[in-house]
Amino acid sequence: MNPESSFAAHLQSQGKLPNTVATGITHEQFAPHGTTIVALRHANGVLMAGDRRATMGNIIAQRDIQKVFPADTYSLIGIAGSAGIAIELVRLFQVELEHYEKIEGTSLSLNGKANRLSSLLRSNLGLAMQGLTVVPLLAGFDNKLNIGRIFSYDVTGGRYEEHDFYAVGSGSQFARGALKKINALDQSEDEAIVAAIESLFDAADDDSATGGPDISRGIFPVIYTAGPTGVREINTDHISQLSREMLQRRSIQPNGPRAKLTPGGEST
Amino acid sequence: MSMPYYVSPEQIIADKAEFARKGIARGRSVIVASASDALYFIADNPSRALHKIGEIYDRIGFAAVGRYNEFENLRVAGVRLADTRGYSYDRADVTVRTIANAYAQTLGSIFIEAAKPFEVEIAVAQVGETPDQDQLYRISFDGSVHDQAGFISMGGDSESVGSHMLENWIAGASARETLTAAVNALYPNGERDVESLEVATLSRIGDGRRFSRRSANDIAELLG
Repeated sequence: MNPESSFAAHLQSQGKLPNTVATGITHEQFAPHGTTIVALRHANGVLMAGDRRATMGNIIAQRDIQKVFPADTYSLIGIAGSAGIAIELVRLFQVELEHYEKIEGTSLSLNGKANRLSSLLRSNLGLAMQGLTVVPLLAGFDNKLNIGRIFSYDVTGGRYEEHDFYAVGSGSQFARGALKKINALDQSEDEAIVAAIESLFDAADDDSATGGPDISRGIFPVIYTAGPTGVREINTDHISQLSREMLQRRSIQPNGPRAKLTPGGEST
Repeated sequence: MSMPYYVSPEQIIADKAEFARKGIARGRSVIVASASDALYFIADNPSRALHKIGEIYDRIGFAAVGRYNEFENLRVAGVRLADTRGYSYDRADVTVRTIANAYAQTLGSIFIEAAKPFEVEIAVAQVGETPDQDQLYRISFDGSVHDQAGFISMGGDSESVGSHMLENWIAGASARETLTAAVNALYPNGERDVESLEVATLSRIGDGRRFSRRSANDIAELLG
């Protein structure tokens, strides 16, 4: 990459990136951790949803943290792991993309964005080795291929493209298990929103660090979608409505929708 | 022993200024003007690739005339300064005054220290909620800053372009009136060519980045 258009490289040369030396204290007790993020493709693009909980060991550090953000006009980034470092990474990534766009006069390709995030993540490896890990999830609409795409990462900056859906964070196994049964590529955006809400509920159901919908405080998952017209935040009232309907259904069927077992079978 | 020729400092400065002025006058003009809906940047620029107008930050835009490689360097430096400040502090802490000051310092020291001054003139402008809150700064090749109300014209025959704007444009004019006045000022013979116009706007409304480039279709539609 042209070093001139990299904002991170410029900050590094100015010594303005945060120091990456950490002490050997255990991290879970003193720094909040973000938990579950899901991303799924649908007929019109891709969407990303995150629960709102941050934990510090057994303590709920924050009930309404935001962990899903627009990265630029066509891509979304969600974060799990050490919240302070993760949110800083998001901020840097957002400026990185904007900086490139302004200097070069054109935006990066989705692959280019995914690669940039890899190298930003790799620069955090020192902290990750000490336990302050950050695991982002990138989703975006690819204008050349005309599809939504999802990229997952490991702490060393390894980048992996996912097929239909993915989840990161402490409740990710449960969310992924749920999505496996209820997500399909031909789903409409609205159906995908319901699938995301259901899968986050399943994550919260089995993972104590993931927060479920909080009716009394009006706190619901944050959901963004990326399609051919760009990134859009799903209205909170709409998510609130869908979450309430899901809770109604779950009061009768607590484990959520049942998938078909045989091709002709019934699903609910 | 040979004696070097003595040239007075006044003469050096006058020569440099004349050199820079000539270079700038050779190019085509650029106009920055406030309209009721947005701040307009209008350039006569046949190139689709080498822009004279650029985005600096959320509400701040850049326009330049003169040597491309020189003002392109300045534009990149401006974007860097703005992004660095916005990242270090907050997006709200990036102001056009900071950018204009930095340009003035840079151009000022280049004019004095370098053998050849930059043959550029640049404008940086910030859109406000209303036209009278717009801030427009013109920075000359020697680093002098001019805080201008309403509009800026630079490059080419900037005096006649400016006087045309003074006669045909009023503060608070609509988008169509502003664009028409600017285009007529850029093409006094009436041979206007929408394809060679580079137009960008900083919108008064919206969140975050307000800068957008306007297509030839947009411009034709706006001109009516």
